[in-house]
Amino acid sequence: MSIIQRGSAAIVGAAESDIGTVAADMSVLDLMAQGIVRALSDAGLSLADVDGIFCATTQARTSAMSMAEYLRKPDAYVDSTIVGGSSFEVHVAHAQAAIEAGLCSVAVIAYGSTQRSAGRKNASPREFNPYETPFRPFLPATAYAMAANRHMHEFGTTRENLAEVAVAARKWAQLNPLAFDRRPLDIAGVLNAKMVSYPLTVRDCCLVTDGGGAIVMVSAARAKNLQKPPVYVLGCGSAITHATISNMPDLTHTGAIASGACAYKAAGLAPEDIDMAQLYDAFSINTILFLEDLGFCQKGEGGAFVSAGRIAPGGAFPVNTNGGGLSYCHPGMYGLFLLIEAVGQIRGECGNRQVTKHDTAIVHGNGGVLSAQSTVILGGEGTI
Amino acid sequence: MENAKQSPLGIYNAYLREGKLAYQFSPTSGKAVFYPRVICPDTGSENLEWRFSKGQGTVHATTVVHPQQGDPFNVALIDLTEGYRMMSRVEGIDPMAVKIGMRVTFRVYEQGGDEPPLPVFTPMGG
Repeated sequence: MSIIQRGSAAIVGAAESDIGTVAADMSVLDLMAQGIVRALSDAGLSLADVDGIFCATTQARTSAMSMAEYLRKPDAYVDSTIVGGSSFEVHVAHAQAAIEAGLCSVAVIAYGSTQRSAGRKNASPREFNPYETPFRPFLPATAYAMAANRHMHEFGTTRENLAEVAVAARKWAQLNPLAFDRRPLDIAGVLNAKMVSYPLTVRDCCLVTDGGGAIVMVSAARAKNLQKPPVYVLGCGSAITHATISNMPDLTHTGAIASGACAYKAAGLAPEDIDMAQLYDAFSINTILFLEDLGFCQKGEGGAFVSAGRIAPGGAFPVNTNGGGLSYCHPGMYGLFLLIEAVGQIRGECGNRQVTKHDTAIVHGNGGVLSAQSTVILGGEGTI
Repeated sequence: MENAKQSPLGIYNAYLREGKLAYQFSPTSGKAVFYPRVICPDTGSENLEWRFSKGQGTVHATTVVHPQQGDPFNVALIDLTEGYRMMSRVEGIDPMAVKIGMRVTFRVYEQGGDEPPLPVFTPMGG
């Protein structure tokens, strides 16, 4: 039984740092700091207000310590939990608890990566695993390829279904001026692209970019007096089912089933109450798995669900409205960008790509190889 | 307490050098344990028995990795009949011909040098 109260905390500021390809020798700490001051400015707060630092990056082992130094915050409450790309959804849950407990009052959650400039091998070197590494899996892609292989085998999902996810993401990206890849893309373009780990081609795989950003969280009471409409944290849930793909209990059923159920219960909402989904699409199969596991369709029907442009602009259910990790930006760990987009959409600030119904959003982070699943349900003022 | 003389990985690799595919069995949970550990993950018990697999399994999932250089190759998850799963590869056939449900047999692949041998698989009866 959770002690956390529905809507007790809110996101009041959100911003990207420089993204795409950043200036030479820009550090991940520079990007986090840039994101933090931009998000504070968005909230109408200043650095002096910050007393909680939540962050994670693969390029600074003790990132919270480094940020405490960078921001000169010796007394800050810090948390640098790292469970891969979903770390930032976990940070939202932790920040909400810390704010409720009075451990901090203005929490920033930050991320930075120079994965594109530094090279993937340097930015995120893989740990040697004696039971997997000798077989030369191209991780993480190979792990997701195996999940896709099982999904195709069990449910008849096709490579065209997977491609539909990538095409929808690209159409959203074409509406987002900050998106990294806005070139036209069709189903054949995905299928005929360079194969990475069958059945996934390079267009089924996320981008490799630089980037970072931050969000600001405060109590619901304090949020009411700030310059932007609060985006309330209605419910959170996490589940870590494994760390390596050979230990995933079931390749077609992810921890999102448990994390989503927990978040829905806390929020008092069901899938039919959700206006949009921001789902961690490191690979095209992810979107299909998470739509199923978060209850937007039955298990095995994700391929059919995404067909005929249902999740693309103009479709019945908006998903990954910034263009996602597949087309907007994917600097190593993507989870923070899901939150930034959901905040923009709920506030109605998203310009050409703004969705019509935008009271509620489900944000779903994924870390590792479908390993660490973390769900956050956000809502605007009408949901409290 | 005395320090352990050998690590779980050390024991596993020593058996592989003898041509044996070893795994652990936990009497307290009644289940196979793989990868090898110092405790049973279900019960916390340090009582783990080493057993030898018959080396027969089924392909649970498969992919073909296309490296930047060199030929595409297979990576697969294999379900052993003793009730555990491991990553490996299926050799001896076109990597795209490896399919879910295919029955496979273990054999040792010598990596050479100081590297431990690897457990790999070939199609059963092939």
